[in-house]
Amino acid sequence: MSKPERDPYTGLMTTGHEWNGIKELMTPIPGPVKFFLALTILSAVLLWILYPTWPYGPGYTKGVLGVDQRTLVENNLTKSAALRSVWEDRFTSAEMSALEADDDAMTFVRSHGARLFEDNCSACHGLDAAGGPGFPSLTDDQWLWGGDAETILETLRVGINAPHDETRYAEMLAFGDQGMLNSEERRTLTDYVISLSRPDELTKEQKELLPAGAELFDANCSSCHGEDGGGSHDVGAPNLTDDFWIYGGDAASIAATLRHGRIGVMPYWEDRLSEADLRLLSLYVRDLRPNQQ
Amino acid sequence: MISQLTRDERALAMVLCVLLTLFGATLGLVGRDDVLGWHGALLALSGMVLLIVIMSKIYDPDPNPDRVTKYYDDPTKVGVIVSMMWLVFATFVGDWVAWLLVYPEATFDAGWSSFGRLRPVHTTGVIFGFGGNALIATSFHVLQRTSRARLAGNLSPWIVVIGFNLFCLLAVTGYMFGITASKEYAEPEWYADLFLVVIWVVYFVLYLRTLARRQEPHIYVANWYFLAFILVVAILHIINNLAVPVSLGHAKSYSLFSGVQDAMTQWWYGHNAVAFFLTAGFLGMLYYYLPRRAGRPIFSYRMSIISFWGITFLYMWAGSHHLHYTALPHWVQNLGMTFSIVLVVPSWASAGNALLTLNGAWEKVRDDATLRFMFVAAVFYGLSTFEGSFMAIRPVNSLSHYTDWTVGHVHAGALGWVAMITFGAFYTLVPMLWNKERMYSSRLIEAHFWLALAGTVIYVFSMWNSGIVQGLMWRAYAENGTLAYSFIDSVDAMRPYYFARAVGGFLFFLGGVIGLYNIWMTTRMPAVEKPPVYDLPPVVAAEPAE
Repeated sequence: MSKPERDPYTGLMTTGHEWNGIKELMTPIPGPVKFFLALTILSAVLLWILYPTWPYGPGYTKGVLGVDQRTLVENNLTKSAALRSVWEDRFTSAEMSALEADDDAMTFVRSHGARLFEDNCSACHGLDAAGGPGFPSLTDDQWLWGGDAETILETLRVGINAPHDETRYAEMLAFGDQGMLNSEERRTLTDYVISLSRPDELTKEQKELLPAGAELFDANCSSCHGEDGGGSHDVGAPNLTDDFWIYGGDAASIAATLRHGRIGVMPYWEDRLSEADLRLLSLYVRDLRPNQQ
Repeated sequence: MISQLTRDERALAMVLCVLLTLFGATLGLVGRDDVLGWHGALLALSGMVLLIVIMSKIYDPDPNPDRVTKYYDDPTKVGVIVSMMWLVFATFVGDWVAWLLVYPEATFDAGWSSFGRLRPVHTTGVIFGFGGNALIATSFHVLQRTSRARLAGNLSPWIVVIGFNLFCLLAVTGYMFGITASKEYAEPEWYADLFLVVIWVVYFVLYLRTLARRQEPHIYVANWYFLAFILVVAILHIINNLAVPVSLGHAKSYSLFSGVQDAMTQWWYGHNAVAFFLTAGFLGMLYYYLPRRAGRPIFSYRMSIISFWGITFLYMWAGSHHLHYTALPHWVQNLGMTFSIVLVVPSWASAGNALLTLNGAWEKVRDDATLRFMFVAAVFYGLSTFEGSFMAIRPVNSLSHYTDWTVGHVHAGALGWVAMITFGAFYTLVPMLWNKERMYSSRLIEAHFWLALAGTVIYVFSMWNSGIVQGLMWRAYAENGTLAYSFIDSVDAMRPYYFARAVGGFLFFLGGVIGLYNIWMTTRMPAVEKPPVYDLPPVVAAEPAE
């Protein structure tokens, strides 16, 4: 330990402590430190008086302003509900067809509907609503369950194969896995399904088997997809004669569908979105179809 | 290094290695149906490798008995090198995950390389791997010099250094396996946590016993901070990680706390990990290496005192500001907020004490990149503590919470303060440790300095921007009472900032690589015999009796 000494640069005294060459100055606490310490402590005390802060056994100090975060949130919710009620009432009471014909309403649908779609639907259907493998495109005007606004609303409300009591239910059977069709029959059937939309792709040998394929189709598929393969909105069976495919229209994808079946899920939104939002979203999706004027 | 241990100590070390192997083997056996088995195998393997290494030197001659008249710096040397290796590894992973936010596909199609597993590898790697090793290494060095006493043990420092790194290894490999306790900065599971408790108690006892040997009547400020760091981290670690394992043969455990109590315990831990790991420990570093490099006395002993007690007392209350606007009761949030506001004063007093210590040495700050590292560290310490208190104010927090502003704030502290002070300390320490006249290249230090500073500034500015933009977009309402933006809009708006952030992170990583190279090359320079000015040897006369 050394004696306190004067630091030649600052002219201040050291404490006299020394640790292997390191010394300390005995500088008093600078004024600003004391000032801000006092200021911050005073503001803390002020906040303790104004707001709920200190616990005591059974409760806590409520603060003289009587602020409570639950009430604050409730007030905010009430306020924004009031703002929303203006258009919400209109969207819940008016007929869908009337709303569709109303340019004002549809302008609002296009802006707010886009937010709703991006936050709730785009994770599966894509930002551009064009879908992807396993998730149908919503822009092509081809629908499993029907594409008018009321029907889309119902699909949104109850979902498809979703845990909702009234959910839409549809399943493509696993004809291979469940032993209903052997691999040769499935191959013939695959070629037949291709022939419904793209007959030119088939070879001559494949074409020769088409009558057999038609028989298999008639026996196994037509009850849902229709005799002509045109599908049915009643049971959510896709049209097989067009160019739109959910799981792919190439031979390998069709064969896989035939063998393992498909049971796609669309969540239901009844409990998650308000009635107004659901109706607005249906109109938005309806509005995505091509050739809109 | 092993030759610095007596044969008895080597024998004891071998016993410990056998115990580690047995522990690992047991864990491996009971956990053979779980990922836990791999970790058991890892520990058993480490124990065996260490055993073989020691066995190969068991018949080397005993060390010179005059070793007690010297400081014991081998563990510090290892700590410094390992710390820099962790830095390079963990900032690489950090920059990788930063690029993942720009190009999400820039990873392998595997579980271990997903963002959610790599991010904790980055955070644990930098905080515990880099920061923890730096703290352990420098604390041993500072403790001995300021106490003028040799470490109170020859084996226990190795238990601390090696054991701590094994813990870090368990942690980061565990994340890649998918093991996590799901608590931020406390992700390792119960067995790794228990392992760390043992290591940490050894560290604490070693520190206290060495301090008890000190030949100076007063305990230097740096040691107050290091001791606070060791003690409080032990308390935090034990309480926050209280959990019940699914079974002894299973890595998964469930926290003893649930719901909002669990959240509060976690952020009491999380905030005080920032306070006592990333602040107190590194203030200990600052209080030794800064005055030493500047050749100036500490500006004010009294400021040291009020800062120390201010920081240690106030931080303990502030954790609830991480849970503003949550299910946590309103009063707990407010209480944490008020203590956070007062906290800015002792924090700034610390930063001010450091900066004012540089009075009379500003020309050195200009010329010497090592001292400049420590100067910039003190500035960033001041900036980020002010920012932290500011963000703890509830209405401010309603904008900043869950945004990149938090990420920017953390990195202003981690890059600007924690890493910069460590670089300054290492560049001061390394030539002393290895008895070199200077670092291998001062131009490389200069290059490291500007890379680190540029990287930090780019990082922090881009995160401030993205954070505030996010916060504003998320809260923006259209006049009809609906949200003005969808979430994906805000994600899309982040792209340029994320790109800039990843570039900044890359610069910082590059600086770390240069630092490791420079330190490594310094160790290979010829040693000088001239005893360094400040390094008076330990006082040993009174050691055994005392």
